[in-house]
Amino acid sequence: MPDVLNFHFEVDGDDFKSAGHASFICKKNLRQLGISPEIIRRVSIAMYEGEINMVIHARGGSADVNVYEDCIEIILADKGPGIKNIKQAMQEGYSTATDNIRSLGFGAGMGLPNMKRYTDYMDIKSTVGEGTTITMKVNFE
Amino acid sequence: MKISAIKDLLEADVVCNEEGLNRHVYSACGSDMMSDVLAFVKDQAVLLTGLVNSQVIRTAEMMDMNCIVFVRSKVPTAEMIELAKDSGIVLLTTTKRMYEACGILFSNGLVSNRVKDA
Ligand SMILES: Nc1ncnc2c1ncn2[C@@H]1O[C@H](COP(=O)(O)OP(=O)(O)OP(=O)(O)O)[C@@H](O)[C@H]1O
Ligand SMILES: [Mg+2]
Repeated sequence: MPDVLNFHFEVDGDDFKSAGHASFICKKNLRQLGISPEIIRRVSIAMYEGEINMVIHARGGSADVNVYEDCIEIILADKGPGIKNIKQAMQEGYSTATDNIRSLGFGAGMGLPNMKRYTDYMDIKSTVGEGTTITMKVNFE
Repeated sequence: MKISAIKDLLEADVVCNEEGLNRHVYSACGSDMMSDVLAFVKDQAVLLTGLVNSQVIRTAEMMDMNCIVFVRSKVPTAEMIELAKDSGIVLLTTTKRMYEACGILFSNGLVSNRVKDA
């Protein structure tokens, strides 16, 4: 699978307002490649949910988007607190978000399930105290 | 339904992108939780919300939504308006509450539709 294109983003963990900026820029870049709107939307939503998670749960991180011939891969890596129980975190409605985060419109416990729903492949590697790396793929079909 | 019809039904004011009022929307979603909105995929939808921050605009942008209605007289910030202009998203604001605004649009034929789990 030859690497066609890579977009790299650093995600600032201190600024909730700018959260989602990387996903926004990435979406613009993908549009210029003439990829179908449906695929772009799925990638954008999955990346955006992951980006927001890094900001609200992990003090920021990095995002890499690789465009291959047959799929788009999104890798989100952070050095946050990690996820103790991944199975539980994947359940719809499960959230450790505070009331403050809820008042900002997040913390419904829908982000990880959404990421799974919109992608064809999703893998979570997480170590408590070290961080989390999430890899997702959306196939062109 | 045309966005201009939404404006009339909700007696809403246009905050920005007035030129988009002629566009059509085919479904709607009302929520203050952005991940609930992101769970909902439908082309050309309108978002009704009482939440006011930049993430509302970004969420709509990620979903390819082309109109956001702020209920309960909520007013978007200058930063939000800039983001919306960049994305061509029509921003409306109405004095109506969420329940009433959704009810009016629903009873005038604008349906909701949540995509089934893949
Ligand atoms: N990058 C991360 N680092 C540490 N914990 C995380 C990370 N991402 C998710 N979590 C944990 O998994 C839980 C579920 O995540 P999920 O995205 O599904 O919901 P949420 O972010 O709490 O709410 P929502 O996504 O609906 O706004 C979070 O509440 C948090 O405890
Ligand atoms: Mg989340």
